[in-house]
Amino acid sequence: MTDVFIVGIGIHPFGRTDSRSGLQQGEYAVRAALTDANMQWSDMQFAFGGSDAAGKADTLVSQLGLTTLPFINVLNGCATGGATLFGAYNAVRSGDFDLGIAIGFDKHPRGAFDPKPADWGLPDWYGESGLMLTTQFFATKLRRYMDLHNITPITLARVAQKAYHNGSLAPHAWRRTPVSVDTILGAQMLNDPLTKLMFCSPAEGGVALIVASEKKARQLGGPAIRIKTISMRTRPQGSFEVFAPHLDLERGGSVTAVASRAAFEAAGLGPEDIDVAQIQDTESGAEIMHMAENGFCRDGDQEKWLAEGRTQLDGELPINTDGGCLACGEPIGASGLRQVYENVVQLRGAGGARQVTRKARNAYSHVYGAPGVSAVVILQC
Amino acid sequence: MAARPIAPDVLTTGSPARLIGGRHRASGRIVFPLPQDSQNYERIELPSRGTLWSYTVQRFRPKSPPYRGDELFQPFGLGYVELPGALIVASRLTEIDFRELRLGLPLELTTTVLRHDEDGTAVYTYAFRPVRAALG
Repeated sequence: MTDVFIVGIGIHPFGRTDSRSGLQQGEYAVRAALTDANMQWSDMQFAFGGSDAAGKADTLVSQLGLTTLPFINVLNGCATGGATLFGAYNAVRSGDFDLGIAIGFDKHPRGAFDPKPADWGLPDWYGESGLMLTTQFFATKLRRYMDLHNITPITLARVAQKAYHNGSLAPHAWRRTPVSVDTILGAQMLNDPLTKLMFCSPAEGGVALIVASEKKARQLGGPAIRIKTISMRTRPQGSFEVFAPHLDLERGGSVTAVASRAAFEAAGLGPEDIDVAQIQDTESGAEIMHMAENGFCRDGDQEKWLAEGRTQLDGELPINTDGGCLACGEPIGASGLRQVYENVVQLRGAGGARQVTRKARNAYSHVYGAPGVSAVVILQC
Repeated sequence: MAARPIAPDVLTTGSPARLIGGRHRASGRIVFPLPQDSQNYERIELPSRGTLWSYTVQRFRPKSPPYRGDELFQPFGLGYVELPGALIVASRLTEIDFRELRLGLPLELTTTVLRHDEDGTAVYTYAFRPVRAALG
């Protein structure tokens, strides 16, 4: 088995780009990654690609070139990006390939997602009665967590304030204007305790990452960031996920905690070794809860961490340095790869105004998606 | 005024109504709603009283489809209700001031009208309301 490196990165700005389809945003990201790595599409030995709602990734070959490469489409909800990289990583790690690309892109209609009950194996009455909204899941999971661990609304607002601040410094972000804590708290309440400015929105964007074996990376000679490990897990018994008409009395662990522990164990690292992290922040509370589920702090410590600014760009563990989903929006197929893109930027020291203050060597990313999938990627330079 | 439940096999039509769940014949695990699988699941009535496990308020009208409520939208409480010995069930919350919502609040099953059919028939679904001390 060989080690695997990221040798090229490309991104299409997140947000709204009316003039380009989702596929075109994916193509844009691929061309940017090829330019970054000083390579051609014909150099790619394989591709993993995915979008949730913007078309079939493998049709990109029409635009990029009919090189006959194997192209695997991935569809894993919000974890689609993580899953494409998981596939690309393992294809190189196995030794069968030494150069390939992971691609994620998407383009969603405005407003909250509108799922169909039957697609989720649920009866129509569940959706008809107004109980089938992802925002309700986030709010109820968070409400209980806040009450059990003494988290207050100002901490939720601080997470969003940090996101919009960081987003204002990231050229690929969507929301690029800082927003005050008071404005965030005073925004329209959607699902208590979450206001409109504490939620991310469906959006558009594309990301591509070129991966190479150690030997190939050395030949190429450019900046290479090691993929220390990738873990991907599905939900354990007793976890709390979206669209659940009932939960078992016996509560279990979280899929994020399972994926995180597996990643740290495989990497031989602990949470204290991580210098910068991108973690799933579908809403402010998700970042709070995922801080603990990923092992970075104990339940309840987030109140203090946010008040002290420990997760800001100049803090001891900067989190969501490009503004995360809150500032970038969430094009489902691209979101997980954006996190890895941002970590590569930080490890290269190329973050410009949003470069973290501390010397970053180990970078962590965590993506979570319905109906209970988490993928964790640890990078090292 | 005529009334009908939102779907068959969600709740009993007796008074008071009870939720219909399923017990897995092999493992004993209790689930809601009742799966369409009588070979593996026995139909059971769930406890009608429990406590609030978590909650939120639906402040905006959900998208239609899948939502099918009356045109005039009123924010409603919803959450998960822990039914002792059975499971934790997702439900609307009714007859409550949103400021009274708190974890552990004792609740009991009732029904709430979701919409009206063209002929005026009220379509109702299940909901939980606070257990009020009996008067007198």
